[in-house]
Amino acid sequence: MKPLASIIGYGAYIPRYRIEAKEISRVHTGGAERAPVRQKSVPGPDEDSLTIAYEAARYALRRAGIDPSLVEALYIGSESPPYAVKPSATVIAEALGFSRKLYGIDMEFACKAGTTAIISVAALVSSGVIRYGMAIGTDTAQGRPGDELEYTAAAGAAAFLIGPSSPEAVATIDHVYSYVTDTPDFWRREGEKYPMHTFRFTGEPAYFHHIISAARGLMEEAGLKPEDFDHVVFHQPNVKFPQRAGELLGFKPEQMKYGLLSGEIGNTYAAASLIGLANVLDNAKPGERVLVVSFGSGAGSDAISLTVGEGVEKVRDKAPTVAKLVARSKLVDYALYLRYRGMILR
Amino acid sequence: MAYLRSVPRVWREREIKYRLIGGACRSCGRRFYPYRQTCPACGSEEVERVKLPETGTVEVFTVVRSPPSEFAEQAPYVVALVRLDDGTLVPAQITDVDPGEVYEGMRVEAALRRYRTQGERGIIEYGIKFRPLIQ
Repeated sequence: MKPLASIIGYGAYIPRYRIEAKEISRVHTGGAERAPVRQKSVPGPDEDSLTIAYEAARYALRRAGIDPSLVEALYIGSESPPYAVKPSATVIAEALGFSRKLYGIDMEFACKAGTTAIISVAALVSSGVIRYGMAIGTDTAQGRPGDELEYTAAAGAAAFLIGPSSPEAVATIDHVYSYVTDTPDFWRREGEKYPMHTFRFTGEPAYFHHIISAARGLMEEAGLKPEDFDHVVFHQPNVKFPQRAGELLGFKPEQMKYGLLSGEIGNTYAAASLIGLANVLDNAKPGERVLVVSFGSGAGSDAISLTVGEGVEKVRDKAPTVAKLVARSKLVDYALYLRYRGMILR
Repeated sequence: MAYLRSVPRVWREREIKYRLIGGACRSCGRRFYPYRQTCPACGSEEVERVKLPETGTVEVFTVVRSPPSEFAEQAPYVVALVRLDDGTLVPAQITDVDPGEVYEGMRVEAALRRYRTQGERGIIEYGIKFRPLIQ
């Protein structure tokens, strides 16, 4: 596979509010439950997956430093769009002043939609249909009160501005590989507010099988081994799953140092692996190789191999880093959390 | 059914509200937000559309504790006059803050947020608010 395209700008966004897992546990189990993350991000009362996507997109645009009217594609991956029917892509394109000759679409594949948006936009660039396009993964995930998912279902977005392949860019997408099967581990039916899941079934046959198949598939096609990568990022529904996936594939903990943030912000769904990638780009050196493997329930994984380019050091400081967004946090209690999520109304 | 604002009106104003488009009067030089065809200072119709800067400073503010029903979910919230970096004064909501955290002189930047939803079935209105600058 020849390099598909390059990332010329990237941006992440995490809402300001956090709720600690022990606070959720206090309400539902009297503090007995051992939580899979320390805390998770919570969107404010005027935020949704569209507004946080806009924030990430604006940072990506700022880092890319190109005229927004040159952007001719906007693919948004999310499982929590504000409308059932009416795309978020149109609002964000209009708000940021993208070209009106625009390939714009909202995509859904649970937590995998963001990486699929990247692959799709990279393919539009690689085929010469467009020169610049943006891909975003964004979610304000919901867990039913008291459900296991409530501890982790968080909010975040990450956006990538993609252009022609160049070593001067932030990073170049060298190889992609996607693996999909029909596996009903997690779903949400039309009109339902909260998703359903199949507990332990979400592990081995779902998360691990797809992550490992996509990662191995990519490494085999590209002729790469785990030790060829400086950084690896996995989808992170909790802290343990990505650590275990890395171990099973033969990666070392130091390769995952920058890509694992779920302990502090929770599972940001379609943004989870992409905020990890943004944090890697905040810290990586030119020439380093990165592997990103997402997972979306239903189920499938995208694996993307990238090489960090010379441009990363020039753009890094033009927008807030992931570390800064993680540190910008204010704790809320369970009552305020319910209010911000619209579960109790004034 | 809840009162619905005009959808065409929201559509007409989308660029102004999403992108902070103001007016610059060619006769008296005043800049203002939102854009309108007639200058509020001198009455001239020689008004140009301008993209205003996205950063500024809180000049004065107040806290809304008894909101109109469409804004109930956001109360208590802060409404301020923000002095943009080009001198334009913009009336706007300050978001991502508790009322006690806002002060005159606070540095803020524009961000797209939900203004209101037109009930359960209507459209969602978005537009620019300001939040503390993330540096």
